[in-house]
Amino acid sequence: MKSHILPAIKLTFCCLLLLAVLYPLAMFGLGKAVAPNGGKGEVVEANGRTVGYALIGQNFSDDRYFWSRPSAVGYNAAGSAGSNKGPSNPDYLATVQARLDTFLVHNPGVRANQVPSELVTASGSGLDPHLSPQGALVQVARIAKVRKLNVKDLELLVAQHTEQPLLGLFGTATVNVLELNLALDNLK
Amino acid sequence: MNTELLGVLVIFLLTLALAWPLGHYIARVYSGERTWTDPIFGPIERLFFRVSGIDPNHEMTWVEHLKALLTINLIWFLMTMFVLMNMGWLPLNPDGNPSMSPDLAFNTTISFVVNCNLQHYSGETGLSYLGQIWLMFLQFVSAATGLAAAAVLFNALKTRTTTPLQGLGLGSGVRVGLGNFYNYFLKSSTRILLPLSILVTIILMLNGSPMTFEGKDTMVGLQGDTVQVSRGPVAAFVAIKHIGTNGGGFFGANSAHPLENPNYLTSLLELFAQFIIPAAMVFAFGFYLRRRKLALMIFGVMTIGFLMLVIPNIVFEMKGNPAFSAMGVDQSLGAMEGKEIRFGAAMSGYWSILTTVISTGSVNAMHDSTMPLSGMNELLAMMVNAFYGGCGVGLLNFFVYLIIAVFIAGLMVGRTPEFLGKKVEAREVKIAMITALLSPLLIMGGTAMAAWAQVQDPTLPWLNNPGFHGFSEMLYEMTSSNANNGSGFEGLGDNNPFWNISTGIVLILGRFIPIIGPIAIAGLLASKKYIPESAGTLKTDTTTFGVMVFSVIAILTALSYFPALALGPIAEYFSM
Repeated sequence: MKSHILPAIKLTFCCLLLLAVLYPLAMFGLGKAVAPNGGKGEVVEANGRTVGYALIGQNFSDDRYFWSRPSAVGYNAAGSAGSNKGPSNPDYLATVQARLDTFLVHNPGVRANQVPSELVTASGSGLDPHLSPQGALVQVARIAKVRKLNVKDLELLVAQHTEQPLLGLFGTATVNVLELNLALDNLK
Repeated sequence: MNTELLGVLVIFLLTLALAWPLGHYIARVYSGERTWTDPIFGPIERLFFRVSGIDPNHEMTWVEHLKALLTINLIWFLMTMFVLMNMGWLPLNPDGNPSMSPDLAFNTTISFVVNCNLQHYSGETGLSYLGQIWLMFLQFVSAATGLAAAAVLFNALKTRTTTPLQGLGLGSGVRVGLGNFYNYFLKSSTRILLPLSILVTIILMLNGSPMTFEGKDTMVGLQGDTVQVSRGPVAAFVAIKHIGTNGGGFFGANSAHPLENPNYLTSLLELFAQFIIPAAMVFAFGFYLRRRKLALMIFGVMTIGFLMLVIPNIVFEMKGNPAFSAMGVDQSLGAMEGKEIRFGAAMSGYWSILTTVISTGSVNAMHDSTMPLSGMNELLAMMVNAFYGGCGVGLLNFFVYLIIAVFIAGLMVGRTPEFLGKKVEAREVKIAMITALLSPLLIMGGTAMAAWAQVQDPTLPWLNNPGFHGFSEMLYEMTSSNANNGSGFEGLGDNNPFWNISTGIVLILGRFIPIIGPIAIAGLLASKKYIPESAGTLKTDTTTFGVMVFSVIAILTALSYFPALALGPIAEYFSM
């Protein structure tokens, strides 16, 4: 074993140079050139100021906005986590029921079976930037009433901001909530 | 067809299709044949060997291989302990994150050295960028260690027509050179892991994964809340995390985090990245030994096992949580607790099994919130730990099952147990059995200890869920440690001395014994006389033998783990 110590240490330093210095630095340099916002993360600007990151969800709980999903970390992107609640946990099921009740109170006329489950469940990261199209559409009536807008216009807005599955073939359809709410503010 | 299912199907088939040529390439790398990467990496490797004073052509016996492997791992352990316990004052710490406590540093160090990446911290607050980069380094070298060990196995199982002599040594009295550990190790890093990681990093960056050394950003969001966003050199880290089947996330939420996994395309990429090397290694085995039929038998058994676990999970997750039905919400998207909209239930179900059969342990949805029987399948995937399995080590684990199956099949049909022209005798079978039985001992022993402590003191702040699911959280943590997987039922409060130290010990044993065992068996086999195949040989490359291996795996797993599973996920399922 002794005869291996020195070569192993030297080889480790060589590998450190290649894998922990050159590799990340090369990728960092490349990212500056090709990645959105030079690799610092794509930001969203509105009214001359930065209002968020394109990929990171934000908390929307105001009736004037499309609500985002519940989050275990309150959309604080200095951390990230899911609720890690098990499917049969009674406290958790009570929380879900309470979220549903709150949603139904704020959205009169909507029935429980119109509410997609994402609106009453927390995402894995706590930072999910998306809703499903149904998750946005079910909120249209409320927003139309609060903002005194036409339901048809809002449905069109949701449709315009719906991202179809990849190539129309793979995955889910999504609506970016921050983007949708920005467009909503510009609608007036 | 449903677009969610189509995405999963396409990435599964695409990975298998590309694993074949990659396997061919890997076999060429390990057998020292010329490849297109020679002009790029050849000079770097020669330089590194010269500086380190290593002769890459020096042939090592299996014992020497293990000495080299354990020595270099010990060095990484000591260096990493130093970095993690001092990173608070070291450079590259824009967020001012603190150094780790000794028990957390112990657990984190071990789990990254052994390619597990069980994380009892969250990346946002638990590591400086220096710490992150250091752990990224370990993700390369721990994967390369596993691959090098597999390369030793390949070499040992080669048909040797001439028996090398030299009196002394272990085994049956002959020393057989099985290649050079450092050579296999370095080539695994430069020729396999690094090029693939660069490719994945670039695609991730183009899709918005950050690659920056600036700290947290703060701004006021649209609704008026103050928003903070953690950033960092994410893309380079996430690439090797999957290519090396490591699975340790840059952020706490791992690949559910939008900056680690921005969209459906990157999620497909990450599924591909974690699967490609384990799948390719099986084909590489066939090419290297010129026994493609045997490799296909192994691949078939692995694939059937994988499908038996993954299909139910996709179904359970797409069906949704039965406990929600009384509330009447629309579950057409599936069980969405702990899942992201951009991935959906089908992909999350697929990922939950891929990441557990392979020892990746990265997650794109929280396993703690998956349905009870999905959780059981995730556990089973880690208990078997050989359906594809981690970088290199998956094949080593499968080799252990193979030896046991050869022995039992030999007894059943009354033929001498032989594998690839070598007699499998009592010593090899004993090593295989000890290696195979270590897992149940560590998992059950560890879980029993934790459950006992929890019962003694119900105020321990460990469990995030009551009842059967709480038991599953403890069982999952021990299983994940033993399998060097690294995923978790993350609700478990695991950053405390009990979990840090107990899982740390399980991690070491669960990593090195399953490397030492198979290498020893292969080394012993290599030193035996080659017996040409005859009518009396038990054929190991047939479907019949594949069924045999599968049965051995199924019976061993069921006998070892059914009682624990019955107390956890199965009981939870029936209680809902």
